[in-house]
Amino acid sequence: MTLSVGPQHPGSGHFRFTIKVDGDYIVFVDPDPGYVHRGHEKMCEYRNHFQNIPHLERPVIHDSCNITYSYSLAVEDLVGITVPRRGQFIRALASELSRLSYTLYWLAIYGIFLGHSTMFMWPAADRELLIDLLERLSGARVTNAFNIPGGVRNDIPYNFKEKCLAQVNYFEKRLKEYDNIFYNNPLVRQRTEGVGILTKEDAIKLGVTGSVLRASGVPFDVRKVEPYDVYNEIDFDVQYMKTCDSFARAYVPVLDMRESCHIIRQLLDKMPESGDVREKLQFNIKSSPGETYKRVESGRGALGYHVVSDGSPKPYRVKASVGSFRNLLALPFLLTGSKLGDMPAIYWSLNYWPVEADR
Amino acid sequence: MEKDKTQNNQTNLMEVKEETSNLLSNSLINSITTNFGEQVKLLYKKENRSKIMVNPENLVEIALYLRNNHGFDHAESASGTDYPADNQIEINYHLGSYSNTDYYPYIVVLSTRVDRSDPKSNSLINIFPSVEYHERETYEMLGVYFLGHPRNERFILPEDWADMPPLRKDFRIKGR
Repeated sequence: MTLSVGPQHPGSGHFRFTIKVDGDYIVFVDPDPGYVHRGHEKMCEYRNHFQNIPHLERPVIHDSCNITYSYSLAVEDLVGITVPRRGQFIRALASELSRLSYTLYWLAIYGIFLGHSTMFMWPAADRELLIDLLERLSGARVTNAFNIPGGVRNDIPYNFKEKCLAQVNYFEKRLKEYDNIFYNNPLVRQRTEGVGILTKEDAIKLGVTGSVLRASGVPFDVRKVEPYDVYNEIDFDVQYMKTCDSFARAYVPVLDMRESCHIIRQLLDKMPESGDVREKLQFNIKSSPGETYKRVESGRGALGYHVVSDGSPKPYRVKASVGSFRNLLALPFLLTGSKLGDMPAIYWSLNYWPVEADR
Repeated sequence: MEKDKTQNNQTNLMEVKEETSNLLSNSLINSITTNFGEQVKLLYKKENRSKIMVNPENLVEIALYLRNNHGFDHAESASGTDYPADNQIEINYHLGSYSNTDYYPYIVVLSTRVDRSDPKSNSLINIFPSVEYHERETYEMLGVYFLGHPRNERFILPEDWADMPPLRKDFRIKGR
């Protein structure tokens, strides 16, 4: 029997996939993304580098500081400028807050799809605190457009450090409560442990990234392997697990959140007291002809921008390589042969954001 | 005094790291150029990035060499750029390595150019299974047919799309 899941199905988000089932088992899966496609890369060719920033963050508005970070790094490389030191700290801080905010959103969805309503409400409510911090920083709640070529839009507001530290302290306590209520719940364990095994060899072969890769035992994190801006001065560990199942894929983001709290503390501590936060650039800045590929670690894994410039103020070609699109290949691989009832546990453990894959 | 000592150590470590990275890229480039000679052309070498331009007929051979001899085991992305003035479409594979920790930060851009009026290129799906969806996307966005790819068909665009591939330069957005 053929089943069509989505695009307006509560189990898939804005994404459609066709599955064929034989009894209780899935025998064939065919992903069909594109229901929120908006011609993102083509539209970039019509705007200059600054105009592209609010446009580029639309695919993942919850992780907007990371998605614009990567593009800003690419433009800075093409133009040949260095961001002032204080600016580097502030943009790393924004990107960590943004990662926490995204991961909480994803965790809420994962909770509700395993039938755990509390795990939907708690992260969704805690996320408000982080949104509040980002709002103080940038003025906007979700579409921040904060990281721009040359640095960040503005300096941190008065009293921000204290507020940020207070929230991080509270948030770390909450992570322990998430463990108690969700990850140590026998039902959650039963539904995720040993389900959807993606071995290390398969993960490498499929070229997955982010938490999906690290849950399969490959300690690859762009912040560590290719540190950008101030990340080489920050002390943190790459979080990975070796069990390769849905539980590991759902738990690695939580380990990452703990590490993010640790990083935020160090960023606040080491940040220079004063200084410029951005290199002032002309609005219609021209980059030298050439091309570059810069990547950052986003909430869903490595996020790279391949930007080709012909010397005009607008990019000649922009190609985004995003975690969701790369991890999509693991979906048919894992679902084929598994039980229909395991579908939500496997699908959402891939940390998949349909809108980002469509671009 | 102690603080200064630590700082010095850190600088030394960073220098050593940079040197290793340069050595790696040099040995990689040397090994490719000695093996393939004029079949490959090094377009640029930056920190942790190199771009190699190859002829379409040598693409599979060189991709295989990169995978088997240097551990580049997956593609971060595969994309295309349209150059109507040269009547060519450039296909770029951004190759990375998960199995060789030395190459973790390194990305090789394997690049080839095909004829724009009849764009066909050999698929690398048998060498890097990770390019499956990227090549499908390039097929529909730029119209490049990948020989050997099992599914050169619609992926992201609407099913009833009847215009030219939208990432070609002569496709114009309405009203712009």
